[in-house]
Amino acid sequence: MFLIFFLVVPTVIWVHLKLPAFRRPMELICLLPLAIPAIVIVVGIAPLYRWISINITESPVSLSGVYAMLILPYTYRSLSAALDLVDVATLAEASRTLGASTMRTIFGVVMPTIRSGIMSGVVISLALVLGEFTISALLAFDTLQVVIYLLGRQDGKIAVAVALSALLFVFAILFAIPTTKRQRVILDADVA
Amino acid sequence: MSNSAYVQLVNLSKQFGKVRALAGLNVDIAEGELVALLGPSGCGKTTALRALAGLQDLDEGQIIVDGKDITFRAPNKRNMGMVFQAYSLFPHMTARENVEYGLRMKAHRTPSAERSKRSSELLELVGLSTHANHYPHQMSGGQQQRVALARALAIQPKVLLLDEPLSALDAKVRTQLREEIRRIQLEVGTTTVFVTHDQEEALGVADRVGVMRQGVLEQIASPSELYERPQSAFVAEFVGLTNPISATVSAGNAEVLGVRVPVVKGSIESGKGLALIRPEWFHVDASGTPNAKIFAISFLGSTCRLTIDLSDGTRIRAQVPSSGASNLGTGTSVNVTLKSLPVFVKGA
Repeated sequence: MFLIFFLVVPTVIWVHLKLPAFRRPMELICLLPLAIPAIVIVVGIAPLYRWISINITESPVSLSGVYAMLILPYTYRSLSAALDLVDVATLAEASRTLGASTMRTIFGVVMPTIRSGIMSGVVISLALVLGEFTISALLAFDTLQVVIYLLGRQDGKIAVAVALSALLFVFAILFAIPTTKRQRVILDADVA
Repeated sequence: MSNSAYVQLVNLSKQFGKVRALAGLNVDIAEGELVALLGPSGCGKTTALRALAGLQDLDEGQIIVDGKDITFRAPNKRNMGMVFQAYSLFPHMTARENVEYGLRMKAHRTPSAERSKRSSELLELVGLSTHANHYPHQMSGGQQQRVALARALAIQPKVLLLDEPLSALDAKVRTQLREEIRRIQLEVGTTTVFVTHDQEEALGVADRVGVMRQGVLEQIASPSELYERPQSAFVAEFVGLTNPISATVSAGNAEVLGVRVPVVKGSIESGKGLALIRPEWFHVDASGTPNAKIFAISFLGSTCRLTIDLSDGTRIRAQVPSSGASNLGTGTSVNVTLKSLPVFVKGA
């Protein structure tokens, strides 16, 4: 989520506003992980993770790098769709002429405008990461999915209980994240 | 170049690939003046406006506002209010929040109480004080553009830039808002540049109208002067309707339809040419010696548009007051002469 907010979102907005010629190459790069099978990714990055496990950390947190790559196509698509829906370039120009800096424009105008796209990206990414098994299992990290699988091999009832708990946890998270804009109540009745 | 000009666009040039959007544009605008830049699509009027706002880099040229060269200044440091063609209100903010947005920025930071007071005044000025808490999607196009105007004026800009602000609106709202823009501009006194391709809009709202063609200014003058004394065939033909009629020019006068009239600056100096005559410059009389026949007649309310075939086969369009057209009809033989007004004559 942090990677989405602080890396993917500003990058996609920047490319849309300032480097429209790079939209196609960027789309291609962002959609690449969809076309590459998970096993190929694992084989490719296994030596890197071996090195990370030996020299830096064995924590599953280090998987965030490869997960970021996995969620990139979904995040990019939802952001791109939201950016295409509104004339963000004109909104940004309006903001600039009113005295706003580029950063203020991105965080104060563009991001709130495409909020629903960002939240959709977050929800999809979260669902994807919570359901991911192949990479973590093959790289021998004990993530939730791997643990459920291992428990299932020892005791089916406990595995079902954990799986159901995980499901409830996911539902709770999905409901907690608002995907649509919350409108403030209009007090005066005179609506055009 | 006038020293008294508040805004000076000096020799602005911009090339987009093979297209030359600006080819040495020079415009001087006085303080408090409303200048409309008029021209067909692709003539460079929007590029010039965007360059003035700082949203478009230039290949060459200089932009001077209030005596300061702002050519390379960032758009957020130019203090220009801009209203765009597309409704550009921030969708997640109410009308009031939109108006106050600029006043929250470092360049125009204003205390909360003052900000609230000014936004209320401006919403009142544009007639939307009851819509202060509405979001853009709860307002009509005309209302959104009025909020955009209030937002642009809130920062007390040095220059107000209007980029075809009425083109997305329907005809009735367009006329209303056009008049409101003029009223507000006169009330606030902000120097304004209005870009449009609609001649009626430009002539109706501006102190001076600049007609652009292929990146340069063809002519800049008051609406009446531009209409009555165009200095090029392009201006004459672009602004209003014209009828090309054979004429012979000599010694500063032209003979058209048997009437000798003065020619305006920019016309050919002698020889045969085509006089560009406005429809309302014809005098159509059913009682005189006939030299033409009415082909068609359309009632336009206070005026009638006549399509007339002259005896030499030329087809013209004339406009006469409806009150004087009661005895005219399709097929009526009429006498057509020209009012003694200066005309533009182009080479045949």
